[in-house]
Amino acid sequence: MRRRNVLPGLPLSLGVTLFYVGLIVVLPLAALAFKAASLGFEDYWRIVSSSRSVASYRVTVLSALGATTFNLFFGLALAWVITRYRFPGRRIIDAVVDLPFALPTAVAGIALTALFANSGWFGSVLEGFGIKVAYTPIGIMIAMCFTSLPFIVRTVQPVLEDLDPALEEAAQSLGGSDWTIFRKVILPLLAPALLAGVSLSFARCLGEFGAIIFIAGNQPMSTEITALLIFIRLEEYDYQAAAAIASVLLLAAFFMLAVTNWLQARALRYTVKG
Amino acid sequence: MKIHLENVVKTFESFQAVKGVSLDIESGELVALLGPSGSGKTTILRMVAGLEYADGGAIHFGDQDATDIPVRDRGVGFVFQHYALFPHMTVADNIAFGMKVSKVKRDRAAIDRRVADLLRLVRLEGLGDRFPAQISGGQRQRVALARALSVDPKVLLLDEPFGALDANVRRDLRRWLREIHSELGITTLFVTHDQEEALDLADRVVILKDGQIVQQGTPQEVCRDPKSAFVMKFLGDANVIAAEVKDGRAHVGGLSVEAAGVADGRGELYARPSDIDWSEEGPGITAEITRVLDRADGRRVLATTDAGEALEFDVEPERVVKAGDAGFVTLRRAKVFAAG
Repeated sequence: MRRRNVLPGLPLSLGVTLFYVGLIVVLPLAALAFKAASLGFEDYWRIVSSSRSVASYRVTVLSALGATTFNLFFGLALAWVITRYRFPGRRIIDAVVDLPFALPTAVAGIALTALFANSGWFGSVLEGFGIKVAYTPIGIMIAMCFTSLPFIVRTVQPVLEDLDPALEEAAQSLGGSDWTIFRKVILPLLAPALLAGVSLSFARCLGEFGAIIFIAGNQPMSTEITALLIFIRLEEYDYQAAAAIASVLLLAAFFMLAVTNWLQARALRYTVKG
Repeated sequence: MKIHLENVVKTFESFQAVKGVSLDIESGELVALLGPSGSGKTTILRMVAGLEYADGGAIHFGDQDATDIPVRDRGVGFVFQHYALFPHMTVADNIAFGMKVSKVKRDRAAIDRRVADLLRLVRLEGLGDRFPAQISGGQRQRVALARALSVDPKVLLLDEPFGALDANVRRDLRRWLREIHSELGITTLFVTHDQEEALDLADRVVILKDGQIVQQGTPQEVCRDPKSAFVMKFLGDANVIAAEVKDGRAHVGGLSVEAAGVADGRGELYARPSDIDWSEEGPGITAEITRVLDRADGRRVLATTDAGEALEFDVEPERVVKAGDAGFVTLRRAKVFAAG
C-alpha cells in the first residue's frame, strides 16, 4: 500500500526542490567551475600555485584550524555549562551564543579591531606582554572564532540535553570514575555532533570575509586570506583568476565535508538496525 | 549481604518523598517494593544504590554503614527501567565495561571468559557483537542484568525492570529472573507498581504509600490478611459495600460478616470478585445486573446494588445471566474496615 504523506504530490514537491537546488546551488558552482576551466591547465595552475595564493591558503587554513580547535573545546564547555547547570543569567548566555549569527560580520570585525588595536582595551594590555593581535594571524583566528562559535554549541547542545542521565548513573554503579565516564560514555555519544559542528565551523572559517578584513591588516604573503584575494581579483576584473582561486576553496570545502560525513557515519554505525 | 535501613528520610525541595522508612532485607532474599507512583519506592531503591543520598537515617550493608559511600564504591548492581545500555558499545562491551573500569585489574582473556559466562547465564550466546539498537527490549533488559552482575555486586537492585515490556515477555522474564536468583542467591531488591509482578516474584513484598511502609510480609500474608483498605484495594480488584458495624460484626442487607476490631458505626466491606456469589433467591444484598462480560476464564458480571454501589464478580461460564436480571449477592468472605 502506498504511504500517504501530509504534504501531497511527490512530482510537485520534488520538482520544486530540485529546481531550487539547481538554481541557487548547482548553477553558481557550475558557473564557477566553467569560468575556472576556461583558463586552460597551465594558466590555472600558475594562478592557484602562485606564491601569493599559496600564502593565502596557508594563513586561511591554519587560522581556521586554530579557531576550530579552540571552538571545539570552548564550544563543548559552553554547551555543557548551559545544559548541565542552572544559574542566574543562563538564559542570557544561551541567547548571546547566537549573536555572531545575527550580527553583520563587518560589525563584528570593526568591534574586534577596536578592541584589539594597539590603543584598544585588550590590545593595549596585550601590547604590554609583547603580544600583537590586530593585523596578525592571531587577529584572523580571533575573528574566525567569534563568527563560528555557535556552530559547535548549537550542534552539541541538543544531543547533550537528550543524553539519558541513567547512562551516567549506570556507568557510576559499575565503578567508573568521572573522567572514565566522560571519556568512554559521554564523549563517544557526543562525537557525531561534535564532528558536525567542527565541519560547519571549519567551513565557515574558510569562507569568512567581513569580520576578518578589518582586523587582519591584509598584507599579501602574511595576513591576506584567500577570500580577500578572490575579492581583489574580482576588483581587478580578473574573473577567471578569481574563479580559479575560488575553486581551490570549493574543493577544500567539499573534501572537508566528505571526510566529516564519513567519520560521522563511522561514529554512528551503532544506530544501524541489524 | 544483609541490608538494613533505619528511619531513612529523603526530601526533594519541598516534597518529602520518603518519610522515615525502616526495613530489613535478609541475605539472599528477593524483596519487592510495591506502591503507586509517588509512593517513594524508587527513591528508596536509589538511596540503597547510592544514586541518591539519604537526608536522614542510615543504610547498613551487613555490619558496614553504607549511608555515605558513593555509588561507585558501594558494590551494587543496578538495572534501570529503560535499560540504560551504552548505545555505542556492543552487547559484549556493555557487559565488559564494569570489569574494564574496575580498580581490580583483569586481563583481556579473563574479561572475555566472564563476558561469555554471563551471556550464557542470560541466554544471549551469539549476540555479543550486536549493538543495543539491534536487539529486542527483552534482550536489552537481559543484557542490562548481565552488565549489573558483571561486577559481582553484593546486592542487586532493579528499578521497574519489566515496566517497558509487553505482557508476554514480562511473564517469561519474571520466571527467568526467579531462576537466576535461585541460582546465584544474591540479595535482590526490586521496585514495581504491578502487584501481580511483586506477588509472583518476591519472597517478601513491602507495600508503600506516601513515603511510608504500610504493610510488609510474604505474598501469602499480605494477600490473605491486608491490614488496611489501601492494601486491600491496591493488591487487586475489590468491591466496596457500605455496612453498619455493631459489636464486632458488620451488617448489610440481611448479611452479617465478622469484623473483629472494627469500631461500631459506619464500616466498609471489601470483597474480591471471586468471593461474591449471585443467586436469584435471597437472602442477600439486592442488586441488578447491568452488564455481562465474557472472558476466556469465565463470565464477569457488573451489577449495581439498591444503594447504588457498583459491583464486579465472576460466575461460572455456563451460568445464564443477562443485563437487567435482579437478584441477590452473598459474600463468601470479606474484609471489613472502618469507613474512611
